[in-house]
Amino acid sequence: MAMFRRPGVSPADRLFRATVFTVAISVLLITGVIAFELVRNSRLPIEKFGWGFLWGTTWDPVAEQFGALPFLYGTLVSSGLALLIAVPVGLGVAIFLSELAPRWLSDPVTFLVELLAAIPSVIYGLVGIFVLVPLVRNVLEPFLSGALGFLPLFRGAPYGVGMLTAGLLLAMMVVPFVVSVSREILMAVPHSQREAVLSLGATQWEMVRIAVLPYARSGIMGSVFLALARALGETMAVTMVIGNRPEIRLSLFEPGYTMAAVIANEFTEATSDLYVQTLIEIGLVLFAVTILVNALARLLIYNVFTKVEVRE
Amino acid sequence: MTPGLLVRRRLANVLMLSLTGVCTALVLGVLFFILGYITYHGISALDWDFFTKLPKPVGEKGGGMANAIVGTVKLLALASLIGVPIGFLGGVYLSEYGRKNTLGFLMRYAADILNGIPSIVMGIFAYTIVVLPMGHFSTIAGGVALGIMMIPIAVRSTEEFLKLVPASIREAALALGLHEWKVVSFVVIPTAFRGIVTGIMLDLARVAGETAPLLFTAFSNRFWSRGWFEPTASLPVMIYTYAVAPYDDWHRQAWAAGMVLLMLVLGANILARLVLHRQLKG
Amino acid sequence: MKTIIATALLMISLIGPAWAEPLLVNGAGATFPYPVYSKWFDEYAKMNPDIHINYQSIGSGGGIRQVSELTVDFGATDGPMNDEQLSKAKVKLLHFPTVLGADVPTYNIPELQGELNFTPQALAGIFLGTITKWNDPEIAKANPGAKLPDKLIIVVHRSDGSGTTYVWVDYLSKVSPEWKEKVGVGTSVNWPTGLGGKGNEGVAGLVKQTPYAIGYVELIYAEQNKMPYGAVQNSEGKFVKASIAAVTAAAAGASKAMPADFRVSITNAPGDKTYPIASFTWLLIPEKIDDPKKGKAITGFLKWMLKDGQGMAPALLYAPLPKEVVAMEEKAIGQIKY
Repeated sequence: MAMFRRPGVSPADRLFRATVFTVAISVLLITGVIAFELVRNSRLPIEKFGWGFLWGTTWDPVAEQFGALPFLYGTLVSSGLALLIAVPVGLGVAIFLSELAPRWLSDPVTFLVELLAAIPSVIYGLVGIFVLVPLVRNVLEPFLSGALGFLPLFRGAPYGVGMLTAGLLLAMMVVPFVVSVSREILMAVPHSQREAVLSLGATQWEMVRIAVLPYARSGIMGSVFLALARALGETMAVTMVIGNRPEIRLSLFEPGYTMAAVIANEFTEATSDLYVQTLIEIGLVLFAVTILVNALARLLIYNVFTKVEVRE
Repeated sequence: MTPGLLVRRRLANVLMLSLTGVCTALVLGVLFFILGYITYHGISALDWDFFTKLPKPVGEKGGGMANAIVGTVKLLALASLIGVPIGFLGGVYLSEYGRKNTLGFLMRYAADILNGIPSIVMGIFAYTIVVLPMGHFSTIAGGVALGIMMIPIAVRSTEEFLKLVPASIREAALALGLHEWKVVSFVVIPTAFRGIVTGIMLDLARVAGETAPLLFTAFSNRFWSRGWFEPTASLPVMIYTYAVAPYDDWHRQAWAAGMVLLMLVLGANILARLVLHRQLKG
Repeated sequence: MKTIIATALLMISLIGPAWAEPLLVNGAGATFPYPVYSKWFDEYAKMNPDIHINYQSIGSGGGIRQVSELTVDFGATDGPMNDEQLSKAKVKLLHFPTVLGADVPTYNIPELQGELNFTPQALAGIFLGTITKWNDPEIAKANPGAKLPDKLIIVVHRSDGSGTTYVWVDYLSKVSPEWKEKVGVGTSVNWPTGLGGKGNEGVAGLVKQTPYAIGYVELIYAEQNKMPYGAVQNSEGKFVKASIAAVTAAAAGASKAMPADFRVSITNAPGDKTYPIASFTWLLIPEKIDDPKKGKAITGFLKWMLKDGQGMAPALLYAPLPKEVVAMEEKAIGQIKY
C-alpha cells in the first residue's frame, strides 16, 4: 500500500487512487465469485455422482442418471476436428501474409481475416443450417462414404447435421485466431534467422520450414491452444448443426452433443434441482477446461516474445 | 547437388508457397461468401415492417422485430453501465499504477480468465445471481451477463492505449505542478481517448452478437418489454429461434435480422479500424 | 461526444420506464399448443390492450420447471405433472385443459406420393431403433401399394423437455411392452436413437430438411409446413389419420369420467374412429396468485378462453374441449385466489 503513504500526495490523489484500486480489486472479486457460484450451485450432482460424473455415459433425465462423458467427447472431437482443419489452413494464411505478401496487401487482408472473428456465432449457425448442412448432406458425406467409407469414421446415413458439420463450422470460426496470432509470431522471428538460411542457398519455402517455423513453434502452439479454447466454449453455431444427441459414436456422420450445447438446450427445461445443478456442473467443467487451455496458450505465446527479446 | 534435386526443391517451393495463397483465398472466400449470402437474403427480407412491427402469432406471415431491436439496444446500454466503468478504471489502474506490481499481475490474469469464460457459463452465473433471487427473467439479468463479458476487453484495451501515451507527456504535466490525478484525468486519458473509445465500441459490437448468455437471463418476449425488470426480446435470440423453426417466413425474418446484426457488428469494426489508423498515423 | 451521450441518455430514459402501461403476464411451456396460444394471446391483447400475455414456447419441461419456481406467472404442458412434481412446486398448481391436440408421425420420403399407415409395432420399432429401413416388412405390410425405398430411417425426436414427447412415449408405452421397459415415460427420455430438435418447430424443421427422416410433431406443425404425416392404427385396429373429429372422439370417454384435477391420459383410447395419439393440453395456474392485477388478468383470460377462445381452435386444427369439461373448468376457476 506504499502508494497511499508517499509524502506530497494530495487528498484528491488519494481518493483517485483509492477509486481505481477498488475497481481493480473488484475485477479479481468478480472472477472469484463466478468460480465460487459455479461450485456452490453444483453441490447436488457433486454429492450424488462424484468424480464418476466425468466418465458416466448415461444421460437420463427420467431416471435422474447423468454422466458427462458424451459431452466431453463431443466437445473434444468437434474442437479437435476444427483444429485439424483450421491450423494448417490458418498457418498457411499466416505464412502467406508474413512472408509472401507485400505490406499493402498483407495489412488489409489481415483486417479482413480478423473480420471473420467478429461475426457473431448465431450468424455462423444461420449460414450453417441453410448452406453447410445441405452441402454436407448432399455432397460431402456421400463423397466421403464413397471414397473412404471403409474407415469407421465415415459410415452411416448422411444426416447433414452431425459431428463433421460442427467441426467444419468451428474450423471457420477459429481460423482467424490461428492466423492473427501466428502472423504476429512469424513476423517476430528475427530477420537474421531468415537471412542465415537464405545465404546457404535455401528456397523461400525451405527458409520458412527450416528457420522460421521451428523458431516460432511454441508461439504457433500457443495460437493453436487459443483457437482450441475458443472452439471449446462455442455454443450457438454448434448446437444448430451438431444434431444434439448425447451419445459417443465413432463415425463423424453421427450427431453428437457438446457441453455448451446441452446447457443451452436443456437449462430452461431442467425439471428438477438435480437436473439444473448437473447442467451447472457441466458449466463448471467447461469453465475449468477453458481456463487451463487459455493459461497454456498464454504461456506458449509469451515464451516466444521473451525469447525474441533475449536473442536480439 | 544433382539437377534433379534442384528441380524438385524448386517445385516444392512453388507448390508450398502457392498452397499458402490458396489457403488465403479460401479463407477470404469464406468471408465474402458469408457476407454476400446474408446480404443477399437479408436485403430482400428487410422491409419497413421489420423495424416497426411486433412478431405475429405462430404460422402467420409478416410482423417484425421492432421489440428485439429495442431490446438489444437496452441490453447494450445496461452492459456498458457495468462494463465501461469497471473496464475503463481497471485499465487506468493497470497502466498508471499496476505495471509491475502483484495486484497488476493478478488483475491481468483475472481479466484473461474472465475473457476465456464461455459465454454460456456467463449466462449461468447471471442466472444464479440475478434471475434466481429476483424470481424471474429480466433485462437486467441479460445486461449483467453481457456487462461482465465486456470487462476484460475494456480493461486490456484501455490499458494498452494508455500505455501508448509517452512518459514525456506525463512528466511534463507533473513538472508543471499538476496533481497526479489531474495528470491522469486531464492529460493522459484525453490523449488516449480515441483509442479507448474505439476499444469500447469494438467490445460492445462483440457482446451485441452474443446469444447464449441471454437464453436464460433476458429470455425473450413477443411484446414490448417495459422498464428493466421484464424479459426482453433481442436480435440474436430471435435469429436463433426463427432459424431452427420450420416456418419459411420466420427464416426470411432471421436473414433480415442476421443482416442487421452483421451490419452493426462489422460497421463498428470497420469504423474502429478507420479511426485507429488516423490516430496512429497522425 | 457530449451530444452523443446526451442523446443516448434521452433515448434510454424514453425506452426505459414505460410509456403506456400494459400489464405483462409471463407464461412459458409447451410448444404443442403454441400456434393456438399465440393466436389467443394476440387476440386477447387486441381486445384488452392493457394486458399483454407473453408466452414463450420452450417445451413442457421448461413450463413445469419455470412455474414450479414461480419464475413465470403460469406454465403450460401436455404432459400432466405427476404427484412428485406437484409436491416440489413452490405453490399449489392447478391444471386447466385448454384444447385437444394430436401427435402425428411426420416424415420426409422424397419419392413417395401417397400417405403411409403405421402400426403401433412399426412406430415402436422405428423409435427403438430395431426397425432401421423404410422398406422393413412391418411398415410394408400396412402399406401394400407403396414403393418404400431401401433407405435408412433417420429418427428425429425432441432435444428439450417436452409434453409432445410425453404424449408420444405415453402412447408407445401402452402399445409396446419393450418400449415401456427400455425407455419409459417422461417429458425427457433416454432416446435409443435419433437426432434432437428443439421444440416442435425444431423437429419439424429437421424432418422437413432431412430426406428419409421421421419425427413426431403436433398436427398443426405438419399441416402449416405442408409435411406429410401418416395414419396410425388405433386400439380397434383401424388406421386413423389425425383430425379434429378423431381427436374429439378420443376424448369422449375421458370427459365423462374427468377427475377433479383434470389430469388424464387419452392415448390409445377405445373407439372405432378415435385417433390413438391424442391429448389434452393444460395451463398450469398457481392456486394463489400474489398480484391481484395478474390474478384478475389470468382468470379473465381463462373465462374468455373457455368461451370465445374455443371457437378459434378448429381453424388451427385443435379440437375444442368437450362441453362437460368446459363446465367443470368454469367452476374450477373459482379455486384461483388473488
